[in-house]
Amino acid sequence: MKFLDEYRDAKAVRQFADKIRQITTRPHVLMEICGGQTHAIVKFGIDELLPKKITLVHGPGCPVCVTPLEQIDKAIEIASRRDVIFCSFGDMLRVPGSKKDLLSVKAEGGDVRMVYSPLDALKITQANPQKHVVFFAVGFETTAPANAMAVFQAYKLGVNNFSMLVSHVLVPPAMEAILSSPKNRVQGFLAAGHVCTVMGYTEYEPIAQKYKVPIVVTGFEPVDILQGIYMCVTQLEEGRYEVENQYTRSVRLWGNISAQNVIRAVFQVTHRKWRGVGEIPLSGLSLKGPYEQFDAERRFGLADYHAEESTDCISGLILQGIKKPHQCPAFGTKCTPESPLGATMVSSEGACAAYYRYRSHSRCAVSKYPSPHTGSESGS
Amino acid sequence: MNTVKTIEKISQSNEFSLSCPVSFQKYPHVLLAHGGGGKLMHQLIEEVFLSVFDNANLNQRHDSAVLNPGQGQIAFTTDSYVVQPLFFPGGNIGTLAINGTVNDLAMSGARPLYLSCGFILEEGLAMEDLWRIVQSMRQAAMKAKVQIVTGDTKVVDKGKGDGVFINTAGIGIMEYKQKISPQMVQEGDALIVNGDLGRHGIAIMATREGLSFETKIESDTIPLAGVIQDLISEGIEIHCLRDLTRGGLASALNEIALAASVEINIDEPQIPVREDVRGACEMLGLDPLYVANEGRFIAFIPEKDVKKALSVMKSSPAGREAAIIGKVTRKSSALVTMTSAIGVSRILDMIIGEQLPRIC
Repeated sequence: MKFLDEYRDAKAVRQFADKIRQITTRPHVLMEICGGQTHAIVKFGIDELLPKKITLVHGPGCPVCVTPLEQIDKAIEIASRRDVIFCSFGDMLRVPGSKKDLLSVKAEGGDVRMVYSPLDALKITQANPQKHVVFFAVGFETTAPANAMAVFQAYKLGVNNFSMLVSHVLVPPAMEAILSSPKNRVQGFLAAGHVCTVMGYTEYEPIAQKYKVPIVVTGFEPVDILQGIYMCVTQLEEGRYEVENQYTRSVRLWGNISAQNVIRAVFQVTHRKWRGVGEIPLSGLSLKGPYEQFDAERRFGLADYHAEESTDCISGLILQGIKKPHQCPAFGTKCTPESPLGATMVSSEGACAAYYRYRSHSRCAVSKYPSPHTGSESGS
Repeated sequence: MNTVKTIEKISQSNEFSLSCPVSFQKYPHVLLAHGGGGKLMHQLIEEVFLSVFDNANLNQRHDSAVLNPGQGQIAFTTDSYVVQPLFFPGGNIGTLAINGTVNDLAMSGARPLYLSCGFILEEGLAMEDLWRIVQSMRQAAMKAKVQIVTGDTKVVDKGKGDGVFINTAGIGIMEYKQKISPQMVQEGDALIVNGDLGRHGIAIMATREGLSFETKIESDTIPLAGVIQDLISEGIEIHCLRDLTRGGLASALNEIALAASVEINIDEPQIPVREDVRGACEMLGLDPLYVANEGRFIAFIPEKDVKKALSVMKSSPAGREAAIIGKVTRKSSALVTMTSAIGVSRILDMIIGEQLPRIC
């Protein structure tokens, strides 16, 4: 398939892996930001192709993972109301709140629907004037334009039975939070290609300069990721810290200006709590001005929620690249995708879920291939 | 052999009309009375079910069909069919209800002979839709060379069904002398799949969610008994067969690995997936190896018979795109691994719930 097969080509993959091996003279710790990249790395076994000196740690870029427990509890409260149709992307439905998940609300009689776009939720709104339709607006800069557009259209159409439970987060503040932590070990970043398709990559330049880290905007296929790693390692070896673009087939320096305009028209930057990490200043989006009327929290007058996370869970350390999934005592025992204790096990793109799915500890013991648990930490 | 001839004779002699019987034009929708035991129910059974499924066993009009399947062991199975939408590209709930049960019989090496058919109809179902479903069942039964010999009809209040639910049970006669089961799987067995994966699940999802792709993706629903019978009559040694329905290839392989305590390795580039299905899966964040099929199976064949088995399958309409996709690497604890296009191996796990399209 065009635009896919050439980026999964075994020969090209080996060539980049060889080139990385040739230029690497000392240890480097790189973080891929996006959960989609983490998933691809673990699924395709990309880390197993790297020299021992390179360690990949997995970043906070999985929107399902970092949505705070409190927001999920709010979603569950709203979705349980008889006068509400609650719409969400598919992968949020199975994420457990403090007591249950949205699929359980559906089983108990709540009208919970999976949609593919926020504009579908708007269509449902128009078809059900007697109900209030709420869309769970989760995601990074990638999903923000479509969500903003749905609110913009609802405003233009004068719809008054539609609102959004907003839990939008932004990538650059999370990178700064990681880099400014005293425990930080990340020396270079693979930035998320789709986020930069929307936002461009000018906002990463001050970060690269301030913290002296190379940042390479990277795609999601094996060849993309290996090329991104190659570019990042080249900079580290040469002592450079610049922003470079590997994902040139999609990303432009200034991004998609129309998409940014609709985000800026509808949303404002706000403080946000990240599951497993805590509150990061100015790291999220909320509705602003005339669009605040579409804020579901305001509409339903939801009180301040506080939910306790499991004390056994180390997802905060994993999301900051300080620990790896298999270093958690609960991994694969008390914590599994069926009954996740925390952020990184709840979504299929979370680092723990990806490790569990593709490299579960006991099962790897009988594999003829080298144990991936030594894969990215100490190399293999 | 007499039974087959009888079925063929009935199939050939029975020209049918595609238009709904006259009396139902008065009742364009199913009423509660169509399940009430009175005249309307009698009419429904006579004019829709008996006239369409028409065969000597069914025409006994008795509380149960009395059958003579022949000598030897019989295979017996049942399955219920609930699908939305009722009609989708490549088939409908009726086609599934026949092919699904026929395929379950075929997977044990049986030659399917007889089916029962229970309908649970929702009040208000368009009679025209029921008629189309029943006609499709008749055609599917003819194609699979089975007779529908007994049945039941219930009507439930509007809102308490989903248009129509169908249960079919099936009886087949065992003609393969060896056991076909996960326990027979041996180290070195090759895995052959009979065609491309993922079309049924994507066709249903696309129709249900109003997604459109450049090409029309049709369900792969087909009866599989014919191709299995071909393998048996060619003297191929078959260790295990499994149809790849809900949960797809990945779940089926995990079930077998677990039941047989074997390690299975498959080779990703060898697995046939059509380009439009791959594209749809990439867009929706789904893995075609977990997507449902309705006309696909995996066969575990010992090395000595692999080439012949592949050529037998390729000469059957239900196996034209058959491919060898992997092998049983050793007897051990249960494990399924897949070697990716870039040459790295990983675990292919069983899925937890349904696959859910992801955010981005």
